[in-house]
Amino acid sequence: MNEILDKSYLSEQVISMVVSAPEIAARRKAGQFIVLMTAENGERIPLTIADENKERGAITIIFQIVGKTTACLAGMNVGERIYSILGPLGSPTEIENFGLTVCVGGGVGIGVVYPIAKALKEAGNRVISIIGARSKNILILEEEMREASDELLVATDDGSYGFHGFVSEVLQKLIDSGTRIDRVFAVGPVPMMRVICDVTRPHKIKTIVSLNPIMVDATGMCGACRVAVGGKTKFACVDGPEFDGHEVDFRLLATRLRMYEAEEKKAMEAHRCHCHG
Amino acid sequence: MDEKKKEKVPRQKMPEQEPQMRAKNFDEVPLGYTEELALLEAGRCLHCKKPFCVDGCPVDIDIPGFIKHILEKDYIAAARKIKETNSLPAVCGRVCPQEEQCEIKCVLGKKGEPVAIGRLERFVADYERTAGIVAIPDLPKPTGKKVAVVGAGPAGLTIAGDLVRRGHDVTIFEGLHKSGGVLIYGIPEFRLPKGIVDAEVEYLIRMGVRIETNMIIGRSKTIDELFAEGYHAIFLGVGAGAPVFMNIPGENLSGIYSANEYLTRSNLMKAYLFPEFDTPVARGRNVAVIGGGNVAMDSARTALRMGAENVYIVYRRTEVEMPARIEEVHHAKEEGIQFKLLTAPVEYIGDDNGWVKGMKCIQMELGEPDDSGRRRPVPIKGSEYLIDIDMAVVAIGTMANPIVPATTPGLTTNRWGYIVADEETGKTSREGVWAGGDIVTGSATVILAMGAAKKSARSIHEYLMSK
Repeated sequence: MNEILDKSYLSEQVISMVVSAPEIAARRKAGQFIVLMTAENGERIPLTIADENKERGAITIIFQIVGKTTACLAGMNVGERIYSILGPLGSPTEIENFGLTVCVGGGVGIGVVYPIAKALKEAGNRVISIIGARSKNILILEEEMREASDELLVATDDGSYGFHGFVSEVLQKLIDSGTRIDRVFAVGPVPMMRVICDVTRPHKIKTIVSLNPIMVDATGMCGACRVAVGGKTKFACVDGPEFDGHEVDFRLLATRLRMYEAEEKKAMEAHRCHCHG
Repeated sequence: MDEKKKEKVPRQKMPEQEPQMRAKNFDEVPLGYTEELALLEAGRCLHCKKPFCVDGCPVDIDIPGFIKHILEKDYIAAARKIKETNSLPAVCGRVCPQEEQCEIKCVLGKKGEPVAIGRLERFVADYERTAGIVAIPDLPKPTGKKVAVVGAGPAGLTIAGDLVRRGHDVTIFEGLHKSGGVLIYGIPEFRLPKGIVDAEVEYLIRMGVRIETNMIIGRSKTIDELFAEGYHAIFLGVGAGAPVFMNIPGENLSGIYSANEYLTRSNLMKAYLFPEFDTPVARGRNVAVIGGGNVAMDSARTALRMGAENVYIVYRRTEVEMPARIEEVHHAKEEGIQFKLLTAPVEYIGDDNGWVKGMKCIQMELGEPDDSGRRRPVPIKGSEYLIDIDMAVVAIGTMANPIVPATTPGLTTNRWGYIVADEETGKTSREGVWAGGDIVTGSATVILAMGAAKKSARSIHEYLMSK
């Protein structure tokens, strides 16, 4: 259990790992996540389960190197065991045949929206996906997303590939062109999700976002992951991680995500020193 | 020694770290009895024919019996005597409220001070552990019955010990990556060194208890699946792990924690050792802890040890109504924790970065008694004032975590979400399922959870043997 079976780089900073976890693989649903620790003195971090392979008893996780824990995880190789994995956690995505759904993924968020797109398509939806990244060389999962969708639209901030601009602009154009959208799923950086919600709100298109606040136990015990939804405090780990984006206080989410910026930097610097002797 | 002389030996104090020194470290505060002190204190016991102290013990320890072994200087025998009914003596010797259980019943306490039973319990448990001669009792022939215990906290560890000693095959499922429950995530190192919890868990494993960590029942597996896997009985000791907030403006500002989060970061994840351990926690300079229980005291004393200049306990009633143990309040005061009584927060104020910078409080006065029998605090109009803080910990209690009840058909809960279980047997509405500890009673003490677990152990044993 917890053994790394495959590891590949989707871009310079984003890694996909297949990890042996038979019981999680057997029961996980789209939208759920795990909490892992790389070492006994490590931190508990939540990561979305991007995929499962029941025959291999394995799950796929996709993560970007953003801090010490993800850097340590990236440093682990096939055959090594991850110290601890807990899951599947969180409520699964509400999946039914909504009609026409649009899945928007930005950056490493594409890894989170991918299982949702897959599940929506399996449930009979027509799925249009819009994925984006700063630049072509860091765009991930293009082929997988193409396969999981009926139509795939790509945007890059620098115009190196696909539409020159943001995914929100692509969505806006789609709406303006008269496409009747029944539901939008958006996962990515906080500003991206906020803007997507701003685009869909005037058209009253229900928009589900997956939130990634800081968590500790991730089982409803600590309240680190509290977010404000519709003016009420919710725990993203058990009440979410998906919420109606039109109700989410994104400003609070962004603020709380910055709570340990200084410590995270310090830990990362110490880690770099350690890595390079 | 005749009885008159015995009464003249005063209750022996336990040596402690000096307040100024200990406020800067996480080492244990009371240092424990020396052998000499233990003998003096043990000599005070009258060995009553009808020992009332035992009636006060939720886990029925033969108190005069183990004290007799101390007087014989056979400390190992004393430890074994306690372990006949209590799997966690080193823990109980530290965190039990003996003053309202065994010691309050002690005959000596009628005229003077009771025997310091808790300190003696701690002494023998520590003696046994540091001597390294923790013997495994002889176990009966395996019964072939499988029991699943959900939660490796005080209740779960106790029932696992009791059932494995009766020959059953016991597996504990623990949601976190480490066993101990509140003993590991909640109670700080300076009150209960984690090495002690690890040793007690190790003892259970040596007796044959299996522990599967990172298994959150209700998510990783359900109760029904455990039965399908062949478990004959299931005990739920999942605790009351969900935090309660006050729902006042500004409570989600950065720097405001639930006590659960603050203590979990600092104890379980060892944030006080950051960056040696990766998990960070805020180190406030001016810290407000809301609440008056043991958890509030633990949070306040932790903040102080992390370098806070001012730590306030903010409690809406007076010290008389405080639910914390007198000893904990006393320790907190000695270390310099400031008590703001008859005070309640009404709003938190944030800075431009969304970090808490102030707390608006209101003065209270005591009115008529409420349902709990304590006088209800009533706000005094116009008495609001502001305190400068850069961190707050909300320690006003916990509630039931719904994960298990929500995924277990046929399990009855009360209107607060706690599992309904028979007080004498721990039986729930589901055949083959027992429950005990905070998930039944709401937040209480380690020892009450252990007492409930012992009752369930007897009931489960009868059930298994009659099948």
